[in-house]
Amino acid sequence: MIGIEHYIVVSSILFVLGVLGIFLNRKNIIVILMAIELILLAVNINLVAFSAFLGDLTGQVFAMFVLTVAAAEAAIGLAILVIYFRARGTIAVDDVNQMKG
Amino acid sequence: MIQTFAFYLFAMLVIASGAMTILARNPVHSVLWLILAFFNAAGLMVIVGAEFIAMLLVIVYVGAVAVLFLFVVMMLNIDFAELRAGFIKNAPLGVAIAVILLAELVLGIGAYRAGVMELGTPLGDAAPLPGQSNIENIGLLLYGEYLFLFEVAGIILLVAMIGAIVLTHRKRPDNTRGHQNISKQVARRPQDATELKKPTIGQGVDIGGGEL
Repeated sequence: MIGIEHYIVVSSILFVLGVLGIFLNRKNIIVILMAIELILLAVNINLVAFSAFLGDLTGQVFAMFVLTVAAAEAAIGLAILVIYFRARGTIAVDDVNQMKG
Repeated sequence: MIQTFAFYLFAMLVIASGAMTILARNPVHSVLWLILAFFNAAGLMVIVGAEFIAMLLVIVYVGAVAVLFLFVVMMLNIDFAELRAGFIKNAPLGVAIAVILLAELVLGIGAYRAGVMELGTPLGDAAPLPGQSNIENIGLLLYGEYLFLFEVAGIILLVAMIGAIVLTHRKRPDNTRGHQNISKQVARRPQDATELKKPTIGQGVDIGGGEL
């Protein structure tokens, strides 16, 4: 019998994989963005699972909002990536220090 | 029984393709693994009865976001071997943080299962109505109670779209071939653009520097 714990385990493993991906691919910003998508997917699985098992649809509505924000974030992130590549000819994020932050 | 089998299949595949997403050497492969992960996550959501979110995941993520990633990865012609140079160096820190996070999550689930916290029963104001499909229920909730948030989500998408266009729009210098000068086009008159010539036989016509 599949319970909510199974879903929490899957989504927590996926979340940790996303965080690990950010640390492993520190130079490659495309894979970092994909790892963020993985994290948001884990969050969505969690929201949907709780929504289904508790019988409350609010979770699914909020999963949709998470999806919206993820799509917007990916679009903006990739746009920034494209103009950065156009200006510098590389996407190595190690030497992003133009703004002296 | 079939649900249990489906769950384990989807769960294993989503975790495996998530791992391959962050480990693949080629970012194009990463994107393809990410797409597989999204498909399997959609499968996980279908078997708990959340068809709408599952289909949204397939359409929005696989159809739009993943393809966007693919476009960008293939458009930027990058030496990816150089980007992976720090992979081994960063691995110990990354794995340590991942292990700590996973331990915390396991601890959280353990504490939840030990029954220390009382998890509330559903309040009932957003319970799915019986006899209606998942999409109908979500629609009622989305266009009723969460109408404001729904419209805010639309504005977020609009701002993101405008932002992406503004960021990547490149203004070319005016003399570039193929550049469109709209005011010049609008100001064009037939009497300036065409003229009647009467060539003498055997002489040909001097076209001049007529501009389109």
